[in-house]
Amino acid sequence: MSRIQTAFTALKQQGKTALIPYITAGDPHPKHTVNLMHTLVKHGADMIELGVPFSDPMADGPVIQRASERALLHKVGLTAVLEMVKTFRETNQTTPIILMGYANPIEAIGATAFADRAKAADVDGVITVDYPPEECGEFVRQLRSRDIDPVFLLSPTTDQKRVDLIVNQASGFVYYVSLKGVTGAANLDIAEVSQRVASIRKQTNLPVGVGFGIRDAATAKATAAIADAVVVGSRMVQTIEASNDDNLLSNVAALMDELKAAVDAAK
Amino acid sequence: MQLYDMPDARGHFGQFGGTFVAETLVEALEELRAMYEKYRHDPVFLAEYAYDLKHFVGRPSPIYHAKRLSDKVGGAQIYLKREDLNHTGAHKINNTIGQALLAKRMGKPRVIAETGAGQHGVATATIAARLGLECVVYMGSEDVKRQAPNVFRMKLLGATVVPVESGSKTLKDALNEAMRDWVTNVHNTFYIIGTVAGPHPYPMMVRDFQAVIGIEAKEQMMEMVGRQPDAVVACVGGGSNAMGIFYPYIDVPNVRLIGVEAAGLGMETGKHAAPLTANSPVGVLHGNRTYLMQDADGNIIETHSVSAGLDYPGVGPEHAWLKDIKRAEYVAITDDEAMAAFHNLCRTEGIIPALESSHALAYAEKLAKTMSKDQIVLVNLSGRGDKDINTVAKLANITL
Repeated sequence: MSRIQTAFTALKQQGKTALIPYITAGDPHPKHTVNLMHTLVKHGADMIELGVPFSDPMADGPVIQRASERALLHKVGLTAVLEMVKTFRETNQTTPIILMGYANPIEAIGATAFADRAKAADVDGVITVDYPPEECGEFVRQLRSRDIDPVFLLSPTTDQKRVDLIVNQASGFVYYVSLKGVTGAANLDIAEVSQRVASIRKQTNLPVGVGFGIRDAATAKATAAIADAVVVGSRMVQTIEASNDDNLLSNVAALMDELKAAVDAAK
Repeated sequence: MQLYDMPDARGHFGQFGGTFVAETLVEALEELRAMYEKYRHDPVFLAEYAYDLKHFVGRPSPIYHAKRLSDKVGGAQIYLKREDLNHTGAHKINNTIGQALLAKRMGKPRVIAETGAGQHGVATATIAARLGLECVVYMGSEDVKRQAPNVFRMKLLGATVVPVESGSKTLKDALNEAMRDWVTNVHNTFYIIGTVAGPHPYPMMVRDFQAVIGIEAKEQMMEMVGRQPDAVVACVGGGSNAMGIFYPYIDVPNVRLIGVEAAGLGMETGKHAAPLTANSPVGVLHGNRTYLMQDADGNIIETHSVSAGLDYPGVGPEHAWLKDIKRAEYVAITDDEAMAAFHNLCRTEGIIPALESSHALAYAEKLAKTMSKDQIVLVNLSGRGDKDINTVAKLANITL
């Protein structure tokens, strides 16, 4: 069983929803990333989504675009991100790490070599925004043969037939994108999300995470009530962006405490 | 008979092309693919398209024998397919009309577009005005500065021009931003992509709408000289004008197809926009797999060209395929060579070409010199150069 599956099983037994914060690796500076990851775990992260900086983040809103740009100023690419995961693993062997990014950095390495290197760094899952299941069969095989979970996005426009196609490729969990738009948009409709999540559950036993548009304790709590995992990205990155070297970790810790309390209060 | 039969049902040209997009766009692309499939052979749709090409655009565009230029160069006869004479001044309108007619049939009241030089933005704004569609054009803020006259034209036509400040602030970033808009407004918005790139069905659909260039050229060459040219030369950024003139010639033997990329400050400097000539690695950007200028981490590197319309790090997937199967050849022309060809055509033939098309002209001159006087080089003169006069003046240190 992968770390992601183990984590979801344990949470389910405790009747809890997972809190998954997203940060972009290398933002605001590569020296902070591993410390930030440990801080996230200390303050309630059940798993971490680690963004791989990319020059052309087409599915991201301005907040995460800027995070990518800050990281790229320090030349943080996929190779550096894998090194950060390795360093994190020196002192944490339990928290699942899910890489989130775009296809081209993976294409540049090649599917097999990437899967080898991700395994060596002890990565648990990979979300590739612009790899729909029709285009990444070989990539998914390479990941799954190494017990790395390919995590796929489902969107409000994904029809039932495609949900079937996608859940058959996915493992670990599926990630429901709660709105039509880029990351960080602010028009989350909880009733609609609730209906879609219920419908997805009829088609798969995989845990269902929800993200895009969760920006405070209230939306985190409402989402936690209906999902198996709550993903908070742009709000996390905004807090990082607004911090300096001195208060970075404490600001992130405070936000995590608030979100964790909200998620735990939901059930 | 057309023997060449690409792409496959999922939009692949061999390993190139495909549909590499975020999940939210998959349904929209499937809807577009189905609608295009329904209408691409529909006589009523095609008649409406043909009517607009004739009466609104002014097609067929003529072929012109550039005799003085040919004599001056000394070699093969240079003929020009005059896409610069189209309404709005470039080939781009051929495609925007086709896509806008589809948008109308799909009931989408809003169209968006990306633009580099501004020609595609102007062509989109034009057809949006004519059909009464809301129009938003994304344009890199660097290009907004370089192409001020086109920005004003789009505004006159009622379009909203959004300057894009992210990344390198050029065409690729405008495309990113248009994709973000589309993903957000997919219910009421049709994305009119201006080149043979993007996810399936765009590379195929844009090629088909631009193929009118090559279809006309084949007939016109027979009428004018009773045979087909020895070589067809066109500039390649994303590659829509080149695909448009190449496509009907793919099955015609003994016609060389030559795509001319932007070598910028010189291939050896790395400051260019010529992924095919540079043998760049294969990657995924803007929804398709193709040759891409990128670093070792797979991040896209900044390109350079004096011509905004060629300033793109990738290339349409069908060009990547034609290169691999060796049906087309790809070469590159520097900024300086393109400028020289620009001035040459102005002074020799009384035609001000777009800087993009000047790249094709520059290579045609080089090539013609190596050929005999009874041979023919057909250049796709994809656009007129009025939009470029500020850039040209600035390079010559002239204040307008």
